[in-house]
Amino acid sequence: MLPDHAKVMALIHGAEEIIGRKKLQKIVYISKKANLPLSEKYTFRMYGPYSEELTLRVEELCDLGLVSEIKEEKAGYYQYRYRVTDHGEDFLAKFPQEWPYNEAEGILHYLNTCTSKFLELVSTMLYFDHLPPDQVEEKVSTLKKSQNYTSEDTAKAWKCIEQIKNHQVPH
Amino acid sequence: MAEGNRRLKEEKVFKDPVHRYIHIRDELLWDLIGTKEFQRLRRVRQLGTTFLTFHGAEHTRFNHSLGVYEITRRIVEVFEGRPFWKDEERLLTLSAALLHDVGHGPFSHSFEKVFQTDHEYWTREIVMGDTEINTVLRRMGSDFPQKVAEVIEKTYSNKLVTSLISSQIDADRMDYLQRDAFYTGVSYGHFDMERILRVMRPTEDQAVIKYSGMHAVEDYIMSRYQMYWQVYFHPVTRSAEVILSKILQRVKVLYEADYAFLYPPEPFTGFFNGKLSLEQYLELDESVTMYYFQMWQKEEDGILRDLCQRFMNRRLFKYVEFDQHVHINDWLKLLELFKKADMDPDYYLVVDSSSDLPYDFYRPGEEEERIPIHLLMPNDKLRELSRESDVVEAISGKKRTDHKLYYPEEWLYTEGFEEEKKEIRSILKSSKEETAFSGEIEE
Repeated sequence: MLPDHAKVMALIHGAEEIIGRKKLQKIVYISKKANLPLSEKYTFRMYGPYSEELTLRVEELCDLGLVSEIKEEKAGYYQYRYRVTDHGEDFLAKFPQEWPYNEAEGILHYLNTCTSKFLELVSTMLYFDHLPPDQVEEKVSTLKKSQNYTSEDTAKAWKCIEQIKNHQVPH
Repeated sequence: MAEGNRRLKEEKVFKDPVHRYIHIRDELLWDLIGTKEFQRLRRVRQLGTTFLTFHGAEHTRFNHSLGVYEITRRIVEVFEGRPFWKDEERLLTLSAALLHDVGHGPFSHSFEKVFQTDHEYWTREIVMGDTEINTVLRRMGSDFPQKVAEVIEKTYSNKLVTSLISSQIDADRMDYLQRDAFYTGVSYGHFDMERILRVMRPTEDQAVIKYSGMHAVEDYIMSRYQMYWQVYFHPVTRSAEVILSKILQRVKVLYEADYAFLYPPEPFTGFFNGKLSLEQYLELDESVTMYYFQMWQKEEDGILRDLCQRFMNRRLFKYVEFDQHVHINDWLKLLELFKKADMDPDYYLVVDSSSDLPYDFYRPGEEEERIPIHLLMPNDKLRELSRESDVVEAISGKKRTDHKLYYPEEWLYTEGFEEEKKEIRSILKSSKEETAFSGEIEE
C-alpha cells in the first residue's frame, strides 16, 4: 500500500539521513508512539520493539529506487545509511500524503541525534508503557541486562518519554 | 493457595491429519481447550482468504493451536532432564503454545490493517481479563496468566521458553508449514520434523539444532521459502485480501458518514469508534463477518455492494506487476484516469506489497534483531546456519519484495468513459508486456 510507504519516506526525508537499521527501527517506533501517522506493526525482539513490516517496506523502497541504502564497513560490522533519492523526492512532491511535516521535524531531528543504544532504551520503555514505572524499569533490567543502562540513562529516557507524551520536542 | 494441575486419569487424544494424534495428559490443558474463548478459534480460518485460491484451505486457528501445542509437547519431552531446561516451566510453555493465537479474530490480517488493531493486544486481554481462560490459568497461581502473556509476547525472562513458540525454527512455524501444505494440497511445505525434534537441544537463550540435523533444517528453510511464494503470497489470495480490506474500509467510511445501512454493521462499530470491548471482540467470528458480507450485497451504496458481490462470488481483481519497470508516474496517471472515469481509485486501484503480508523469509545472521538458527557443532560451539549450509546461504538475500497493482479488469470493457478506459488499458497493457507475468488470475 503505497500511502504507508510514502509516510516512511516522509519520515526519512524529515530526518535527512538515518544511519543504522536499528536506529531507523527505533525512530519509527518512537515517532509512532508520538502519534505520527505510521502504521508499521511492532513486536518485541532482541533490541526491543522491532517491525518486520518496516524492514520489508524499506527494502521495497530501495528496490523501487525511492530510498537509497548505502552499506559501509565499520570496525567488525556493517552500517547502513538511508536517504530519500531524487526520484523519491519527486514522488513525495507528486503523491499526496497526510504527513505533519512541521510537527514531525523537531522530534525527528532530536531522535536522529540520539545513539541507537539510547533509542533502544526509550523504545523498550515505551513498549511497556501500560505498566507502572517501577515495573517498566524492572522489565528493562531483566530484558536489557547486557546493555548496562545507568540510572542517568533511565532518567533521561523518562524525561524524553514525558516530553513526547506531552507533545513537546524532547531535548 | 493455587489449586495446581492434575494429571488426567485417562489421556485424551485428538485425531489430527498432520500429527496423527494430539495427546493431552494435563487437566489444565484439557480445560483450556474447553473454554469458550478457545472454542471460538474453530470459527476463525488459519489462512484467511486463501480458501478462495486453494479450496481445501478451510482449516482453522483451532487445529493449528492444537498442532503447536503437540509439537511443543514433543520438544519438551526431548528437553526433559537436559541442562538449561527447567521442568517447572513445562506447563507454562505448553499453555503459551496452546494459547499463542487465541487473540486472532476473523480475517485478522485485514482487520488489523484497516482498523489498526493488534491480535497480540487481544491475546493479552483474553489471557489477563475476565475470561474462562484466565480462570483456568489462575489455578496455577495468580501470576501464571501474566507469565503466559509474557511468553506469547516474547518478553518473558526465560528466552529458551519463548524460543520454542517464537523463533526462526519454532513450533508455530513447524505446524503451520505442514498444516497449510496439507490443507492447500500443495507438495511444498514438507520436511522431516521428527528428525528436527530429535536433534533439538536446549541452551540458555534458545533451542539449537545438532549439526547432524542440518539437512533436515535446510529442508525446513526451503519449504518455508516455497510456501511463501506459492501459497502465502499467491496473487489470487492477495486479490481477495485487497477486496476484503476495501469492504471494511468502505463500511467504516459509510458508518462515519451516517449512511443508512439496510443491514447496520452492529458487530463492527467498536472497531470504527475505537471502543471495542473484549466481549464484543469475542463475539465476532468469520460466520458473523460472512453473514454481513452476504447481506451487504443488497446495499444501495454501489461500492459496498459491488465489493461484497466480488468477494462472495469470487469475482476478484486482476493485477499487473508493479515494480521499477512500471514507472511510478504511470501509476499517478492511472489514479487520475480512474477518477476521471468516475471509478474511485481508493477502492479500485490498489498496490499490494510484500510488506502487507504477515509472513517472512529466513534471514541469516543477526541483522534483523532476531536470533538466527544456530547449529550445535561437534566441538560444542554454536555456528549460524547460513555459514555452514550452502543451500540456506544460496536462498538468503534473494528477491524478497514484490508489488502488484490490482484493478477490476472487466470494468475496462464496459460502456462509458471510453477514452479514459482506452488509455488505462493501454498503460496496463504495456505494464503487462514489460513484466514476466501476464496477470493471469486463475489458479
